[in-house]
Amino acid sequence: MSARERILAAVKNSQPEHTPLPDIAFLKEPVLASKEQFATIVQAIGATIFFVKDITEVKEILQEKFQQLPRKITSIAALAGIADVNWIAADPHSLENVDLAILDARLGVCENGAVWLTENEMVQRVTPFIADSLAIVLTADKLVATMHAAYEVIGDSQYGFASFIAGPSKTADIEQSLVLGAHGPRNMFIFLIH
Amino acid sequence: MHSDKTHSELAEKFNIDEPRVNWHDETLWWIRQKRDKAVWQLPEWESLREAASQIKHNVLAHLSEYLEAFERNAIANGITVHWAADAKEHNEIVYSLLQKHGITQMVKSKSMLTEECHLNDYLAEHGVEVIDTDLGERIVQLAKEPPSHIVLPCIHWKKEEIGELFHKYLGTPEGNADPQFLTHAARLHLREKFLTRKLALTGVNFAIAETGEFVVCTNEGNADMGAHLADVHIASMGIEKLIPKREHLGIFLRLLTRSATGQPITTYSSHFKQPRKGQEMHIVLVDNGRSVQLGREAFRNSLKCIRCGACMNTCPVYRRSGGHSYHTAVAGPIGSILAPNLDMKQYADLPFASTLCGSCSNVCPVKIDIHDQLYKWRQVLVQDGYTPKAKTLAMKAMATTLSKPGMYKSAGKVGRWMIRKVPGLVNNKLNPWYKQREMPEAPKQSFREWYAQNKKK
Repeated sequence: MSARERILAAVKNSQPEHTPLPDIAFLKEPVLASKEQFATIVQAIGATIFFVKDITEVKEILQEKFQQLPRKITSIAALAGIADVNWIAADPHSLENVDLAILDARLGVCENGAVWLTENEMVQRVTPFIADSLAIVLTADKLVATMHAAYEVIGDSQYGFASFIAGPSKTADIEQSLVLGAHGPRNMFIFLIH
Repeated sequence: MHSDKTHSELAEKFNIDEPRVNWHDETLWWIRQKRDKAVWQLPEWESLREAASQIKHNVLAHLSEYLEAFERNAIANGITVHWAADAKEHNEIVYSLLQKHGITQMVKSKSMLTEECHLNDYLAEHGVEVIDTDLGERIVQLAKEPPSHIVLPCIHWKKEEIGELFHKYLGTPEGNADPQFLTHAARLHLREKFLTRKLALTGVNFAIAETGEFVVCTNEGNADMGAHLADVHIASMGIEKLIPKREHLGIFLRLLTRSATGQPITTYSSHFKQPRKGQEMHIVLVDNGRSVQLGREAFRNSLKCIRCGACMNTCPVYRRSGGHSYHTAVAGPIGSILAPNLDMKQYADLPFASTLCGSCSNVCPVKIDIHDQLYKWRQVLVQDGYTPKAKTLAMKAMATTLSKPGMYKSAGKVGRWMIRKVPGLVNNKLNPWYKQREMPEAPKQSFREWYAQNKKK
């Protein structure tokens, strides 16, 4: 017998009586998404938030604050003037020296400050992890209150890879001292269009 | 992490340095307090725990079906699925994939399963270099130690010691113990590994039967850096990591980090569904005793564990004895239930490394009856003859004394007289109760004698 058959037979032989899945409808009751809560938590987890009215304002802030950064990349067509858009077919290793990656997010979660990106927004899966700083553009109508609401929106959508990203990369492995920028971005900026 | 010494012997070693024990204790308690603060912000916390526990129960009851569904869906997504009955098979599968691609150097993000399987040792014997990329795991790897905590692998290390370790291995300036500086040094050291290694192994936090995807949670981003830059991604998972539906992640991701560190969510909760273009993705489904534990009615709930570490952070014994005293990959209360399932003889001491205070069960996000199970293991281990004979004899003598009022009365008298008149007979190294504590002062009379004297008044 193969390992597969042995394991499945052993599991089948050991598993207890049927119990049903619980009803989790109560967790899906709509709760109002609060951009103030989102902003508070985003800052508590080490990111910076900018409230902006449109993509033009995003552009202005990026130009003002990050003009000096040598390598900026984006997948947002409207930002083509201020960041490189011709990196789509690149070998992921070549993104090693990216100073700032500017990407769209599909969702923002108010209870934990996480944003949801699929590989469509990342273009290369490694982009939001390898860049020195990550900037996310999100419209306020994409905010949801809880993780349950987030998965309601995600539903059974198709993606090869997707991730909830909550703040810059961090570690507290050395005596519980929080350090931003363990392996991934040292800074995370969120532009909330509202 | 085989040891001939018992938990109490290893704990005694850890306890030689009292200020260090206090520091360890306070650090973990601080994390427990952060957990409390995060939990109190959610009025629905108890409902979440209950729902998670019930979902996991349903998983255990239908594990074979969920495994088959997961396999089917993962294969449809383009992932290769392997099955390993034990640690040896798991390690051989990983090695065969390395051989197939002619790879001798790899990166690995945190996976307690590979610790359980002793993968690093096995691969080292076969000439493969494994770099652990979680900062805490890299620190203990450089120090040639196993992790002492499943979430905080080097919680027992002081920054000055890490500074020395990095000076020796990474060439940082001597005497620099600044966490920011040391983390940056590790970042540079490990980034080179991410960029050059062709194979990355990660653990799995949750695998979804319905979609064939799996979720890996890290704060550092090391799992993603490894997986997205490598040609081959292997994800190793215990068969109990399954959950039925994607929407159930909403519950488990809310529970996991609030319980672990008090964060509302990990920095990265990455959902891997298909290999990236040109990449190979493999999943190794590992049993290694889990199907046996599933058949033990009293202990099967331990398979609900999501490895948050809350039971360790709160445990008065873990906090004061250190993770290494448990001489098993998963330390603390939950580890003490899982380990005897693998080897009753080797781990017979662990269910006794508890005060049975119940704090572990109170904080467990999936409501495992941890302290009850520890108590039940004690009974199984004594009945099957795995505990020391002296302890059994002492317990029998105690039972006889307690069941015979006359004998109890005179034994009490003798005991009180001895402590008062010849304290050296009890306050000595031969008496294990005297270790790390003073014996109490004995009263002149027992309650029984006092009552007989006073009841007429």
